[in-house]
Amino acid sequence: MPKIPKTGAEALIRCLEKEGVEYIFGYPGGSVIPIFDVLYDSTIKLVLTRHEQGASHMADGYARACGKPGVVLVTSGPGATNTITGVFNAHMDSVPMIVLTGQTTQSGLGKDAFQEADIFDISMPVVKHSYLVRDPNDFPRIVREAFHIALTGRPGPVLIDIPKDVASGDFTGTMNAEMDIPGYKIPNELDNDEILKIAGHLNRSQRPLLLVGHGAIIARATVEIKSLAEKLQAPVANTMLGKGGFPETHPLSLGMIGMHGTAYANIALTKCDLIMSFGSRWDDRINGDNARFAPGAIKIHIDIDPAEIGKIVKPDAMIIGDCRQAADELLKHINTLNTRTWLRELNIIRKKNPLRYKKQGGLKVQHIVDELYDLTKGQAVICTDVGQHQMWTSQYYLIDEPDTWISSGGAGTMGFGFPAAIGAKIARPTKTVCVISGDGGFQMTMMELATAKNLNLPLKIIIMDNKYLGMVRQWQDLFFDNRLSGVTLDGNPDFIKLAESYGIKGFRLKRSADVKKILSLALAYNDGPCVIHADVVREENVYPMIPAGKSAEHLMTERPKRKLEKPTGST
Amino acid sequence: MSKKNEIIAGTEENCASHTISIYVANKPGVLVRVAQVFARRGFNIDSLVVSSGMDGKFSRMTITAQGNPENIEQIKKHVSKLVDVINAIEHTNLDVIEKEMTLVKIAANNSSRTELLQLIGHFKGETLDFTDSSLIVQIAGSTEKLNAFLSLAQRFGILEIVRTGKISIARGKELT
Repeated sequence: MPKIPKTGAEALIRCLEKEGVEYIFGYPGGSVIPIFDVLYDSTIKLVLTRHEQGASHMADGYARACGKPGVVLVTSGPGATNTITGVFNAHMDSVPMIVLTGQTTQSGLGKDAFQEADIFDISMPVVKHSYLVRDPNDFPRIVREAFHIALTGRPGPVLIDIPKDVASGDFTGTMNAEMDIPGYKIPNELDNDEILKIAGHLNRSQRPLLLVGHGAIIARATVEIKSLAEKLQAPVANTMLGKGGFPETHPLSLGMIGMHGTAYANIALTKCDLIMSFGSRWDDRINGDNARFAPGAIKIHIDIDPAEIGKIVKPDAMIIGDCRQAADELLKHINTLNTRTWLRELNIIRKKNPLRYKKQGGLKVQHIVDELYDLTKGQAVICTDVGQHQMWTSQYYLIDEPDTWISSGGAGTMGFGFPAAIGAKIARPTKTVCVISGDGGFQMTMMELATAKNLNLPLKIIIMDNKYLGMVRQWQDLFFDNRLSGVTLDGNPDFIKLAESYGIKGFRLKRSADVKKILSLALAYNDGPCVIHADVVREENVYPMIPAGKSAEHLMTERPKRKLEKPTGST
Repeated sequence: MSKKNEIIAGTEENCASHTISIYVANKPGVLVRVAQVFARRGFNIDSLVVSSGMDGKFSRMTITAQGNPENIEQIKKHVSKLVDVINAIEHTNLDVIEKEMTLVKIAANNSSRTELLQLIGHFKGETLDFTDSSLIVQIAGSTEKLNAFLSLAQRFGILEIVRTGKISIARGKELT
């Protein structure tokens, strides 16, 4: 590529190179041919996906695994709209992503030109920010702003819509453009009075509970939070996306909290006298009934997004700012608390209500995950899809390190796990990357088997096949008199034969006695991707469970004897 | 209004009118971003005025909407978070001057016109159009003043009303 870009597309790709972009996940089409033409000469590697949704999830998985923004490049119209699920997913989970969409020429805008979709407006509620580029000379400024916005503060996706004539138009500007975003504010000064107030609350607490969310991982606050928890001697629960924010094998860890979290974490929530959240949204997966949430506890909220403070829970004290800085500041003002009674009480609850499943009675997802955890020593990068298998994986695959747990939280996007794992493996090539998916979700994006094969990524793709949409079936079983409606997946393919048709190795897992053997074989296979088709029992339910719309007091650790009312919560 | 909206927008007792002044980058799409924040949370915008700021790089939006104070607080935070928004401030009545203007077409014949003109005079209104059957009147001032005029003018027969919506500016040296 010439040193000085001559066209908008050249300027764009040069800017991406300057930002350190190594990979673009994309799919071409008419309006982006000028950009793909420049990519031909670029150092940036293109990952050609089989669907634009796959591209967006790969970029998401890539970003979560290495912290750099994932970059997506797709064409106008359906190419752009196909990314929306992925953009929404990244927005819900605060994942940095840059989405470049082609657009019809400026003269065609608003005239229903071929493959014209008003993606700027369509995407508006699910992006952190967006641009419609009108002048090729704006690329340097816009790309710089886009990366800055995507990565800083509370991260999120930024969409850049590029009319074809802007991409192919003459570039006559400077590559060193300044950012011009006077409205973009990142809270960076902590309120010292609030720090002292919070320290006071902590120092008076006898039954504290720390809650670690995704924000703690994004803020790289794990070391500081660990020091804080250890100094306070306070137990720590994590949200699902907070897995990795605090080592789940740590003696102070209660594991995951919420709808399918551990009984002890949820019971701790009902009994604590103080709860302090680091970067969680107190969302309805952990707080089904706000009026009954941690009753009697002082609530402390630390978040970089001012709009999260008071959105759900009205905090008694709060810090708007960086979790790491906040934890660091708090460390200076807190004492070691006498929590021995509290920890002992929680230990008894834990012993009485452990996570449990039976290895007998057919092949169980829990058993496979449990064994995978042992075989990988908890060191793999785990990507999940959405549903029952996701909850079991959350429960049985404990995560100690940040960025090794990749799962769709806020959006609950089926089809996310497998493409996200492709992105994660590209970002972390030396790590063992495993996908735990279901037969439903896997079939939503399984065409990316071709992408995984082309790159020859040694992914372990475990498909938990119960031939049901298991989580919905569980709800219909528990709350709707087992009137199974629309949940039976008849006609699933033979996933082994499917894999083989792509030239991908397949392992069949049918009996619980074979779990260790088959998983060991799959983990040892590193010539490329492999699919493990696990023929699991069909009607297993996930426990513990808190019905949607209920507080943690309504936790069920096993199948209830009485008939349950229909849940009041939304999902 | 559906039940869900009531929960979001607050019950009628604590619904109050809020005027929020929003200073934004003067770019296409900003209005949509701001409007989405209100619409998604079940707020009806009563009035909206957008005009260019001092140097053309920025615009001023003055939005009046009904809702309970807590939800308005949340909306202000979400609006402030938009990258194109410089600030979003709700001023109290004390520290701000608020005005709006209305153009009203009122039926007027030989028997009613004199009395109507007296009324207009009392409200310091201006007659912009004068025909044998109607008048067009311009009234400017507080929302309450406009409402009072309109209610008094009702019995003459109001044919049409156009209102600008409220605009506001902070008192003293403080910037809006």
